[in-house]
Amino acid sequence: MKPENILRIAREESEKRRAYKYRINICCSSGCLPFGALNLLKAFENAVKEFGVEGECKVARTGCPGTCSIGPVVLVEPGGYIYQNVTPEKAKEIVKSHIVAGIPAKEYLYANEAFFKKQFRLVLRNAGKIDPMRIEDYIAAGGYQALIKCLTKMTPKEVIDEVIVSGLRGRGGAGFPTGQKWSFVAREKNTPKYVVANLDEGDPGVFANRTLAEADPHSIIEGMIISAYAVGAEQGYVYVRAEYPLAVNTLREALKQAKAMNLIGGNILESGFNFNIELRLGAGAFIAGEETGILASIEGRRATPRPRPPYPAVSGLWGKPTLINNVETLANVPQIILNGGDWFAKIGTPKCTGTKCFSLTGKVRNPGLIEVPMGITLREVIFEIGGGVPGGRKFKAVLVGGPSGGCLPESMLDLPIDYESLTKAGAIMGSGGIVVIDDTACMVDTAWFFTDFCVDESCGKCVPCRVGLLKIRNILERIMRGEGKMDDISLLEELGVYVRDASLCGLGQTAPNPTLTTLRYFRDEYVAHIAEKRCPAGKCFKKEAPLEVRV
Amino acid sequence: MSKEDRRLLILEREMKARMYQKSALLEILHLAHELYGYFDKELLNYISERLNLPPSHVYGVASFYHLFKLKKPGEHVVSACMGTACYVSGVEEIISAIEREFNIKRGGSTPDGKLSLFITRCIGACAMAPNVTVDNEVIGKATKEIVLKRIKDIIGG
Repeated sequence: MKPENILRIAREESEKRRAYKYRINICCSSGCLPFGALNLLKAFENAVKEFGVEGECKVARTGCPGTCSIGPVVLVEPGGYIYQNVTPEKAKEIVKSHIVAGIPAKEYLYANEAFFKKQFRLVLRNAGKIDPMRIEDYIAAGGYQALIKCLTKMTPKEVIDEVIVSGLRGRGGAGFPTGQKWSFVAREKNTPKYVVANLDEGDPGVFANRTLAEADPHSIIEGMIISAYAVGAEQGYVYVRAEYPLAVNTLREALKQAKAMNLIGGNILESGFNFNIELRLGAGAFIAGEETGILASIEGRRATPRPRPPYPAVSGLWGKPTLINNVETLANVPQIILNGGDWFAKIGTPKCTGTKCFSLTGKVRNPGLIEVPMGITLREVIFEIGGGVPGGRKFKAVLVGGPSGGCLPESMLDLPIDYESLTKAGAIMGSGGIVVIDDTACMVDTAWFFTDFCVDESCGKCVPCRVGLLKIRNILERIMRGEGKMDDISLLEELGVYVRDASLCGLGQTAPNPTLTTLRYFRDEYVAHIAEKRCPAGKCFKKEAPLEVRV
Repeated sequence: MSKEDRRLLILEREMKARMYQKSALLEILHLAHELYGYFDKELLNYISERLNLPPSHVYGVASFYHLFKLKKPGEHVVSACMGTACYVSGVEEIISAIEREFNIKRGGSTPDGKLSLFITRCIGACAMAPNVTVDNEVIGKATKEIVLKRIKDIIGG
């Protein structure tokens, strides 16, 4: 296949799309499926037929527009009208009013402009608008044109330079400059080289990568092919969590379609460049998301990290140079190539360019997946986009960065979201989880929950993480049972610092964060537990021992 | 595990297609788990023999990953999501209710082997927390009452 053929498909598909006056997008993502999205798809198709408007209205199965809490969700274009909690009965009325009469059915609309107002959708630009199972939809939306540009007009070095100019940093959490990482792999002489797309989104409370894969898999694949072209790799792996069956299936189908169009495989678009992608399934190990852990897992071993250097860029899969990128990072790449690195660098802040996807969950009125420019404050995210804490409760803390992130109090809410500010406050960007905690939660219990998760997920290779975290958990449990001593506070702080500084990989280095930040910002709660034997939230001291058998 | 077992043939075919490569271990384990639902010692030994890997290595990998079960699960499986959002939204209360109602412990099965209760890692449906999966059907915004009723319906019928 030639590049012209892809451009022709783009033209034809856009024309087809324009022929319809309306397009009804039914979200069939993991969020809406359990609530009957597939029945809804049928109901809309039937309704459109019944009213005889199938010629001017297209009913499509799409990914998630981000508003997961009001599912099943239906998005009607043009205009981006979102209908909430749609049922088959409502479907008929929506078609009758919106499509036939041309008046949006107001009573069923999601009337919450604030949720989208401050968002900037770059990675999620297609989410909820295209059919992820049709490569033609992606091509019509400008897809694979960045790849064509790279293959026909740019040298690998020019591609890397463009990414460097953009200032793009790794979205997996650590925030390493992407262009620099690519140049490290590109300069290696050892071949073959590999690229790995990391979709092992193991953080509880985070679903940004899953939604991206389910809604727009080709943006990941296109970014991956471009990265392979830039560094000179011929084989790639997408490592996906097995807990995301729909994402796995969507990616599998997308890869098949891309292969059929010669966008992956041998001699891609007659450019002489060869690149293959294989899917690899995780099996429920949080540590497999760590960059040396993921390599071990792809090689079929226990996903235990190893010391660096050598870095994967020098010695990765089977000892060969390997480029590992998070899928969100990769999905940014086609936009950077098409619009230029300078354009991208203007979004966000000077040191943290672009946008970031956040999974906004917990005690917040509008939970869901959002994408915001870097530098936005936590307050804007929680109170404007998220709509604040529901049920008349009070905001207490926000956990940023997943299980090894930090708990920040109200006083830190005006912190701009970027890698450096978050790290300074004791949290991390991580994979972009924002969990809002209200005043019903006990902060000692919260620290225990995340420590317990990390104890369970520690691979056991290095002592500080394996033993240190266990000790931290035991001390927290002691405090929660009312047997804590005042010395425990300084002991926890001391242990936390040891584990942080001495652990081998990112898991151990960040796992003490919840304990350290709750000690830093909510010390009075620890003191209340120890000195007064009182839990300010009324949660502890009545916990039944987990091992007790109940009859 | 008899030689005539059809599942074994499928497994054997897959190993052959992957040229008995040691690096295919995780893929082979995935397939075996899908076919059998769990690993017993015999199955793991068989895989280690065919891929020419020490049994300790195969067991090590199988036990490392949380998704793989080393004990036979019950006829019906309930798994409660223990992700952050579900925990914050009170999934613990639902789990305790199931434990009390069916006299079962998390990670275990009822004596008659009808029901198993597992805790899973975040299934990524956080906006609908708490989530409980009953025989592959995800119940979002779950409550004690809904989940208990659903379980009674399936094991009763």
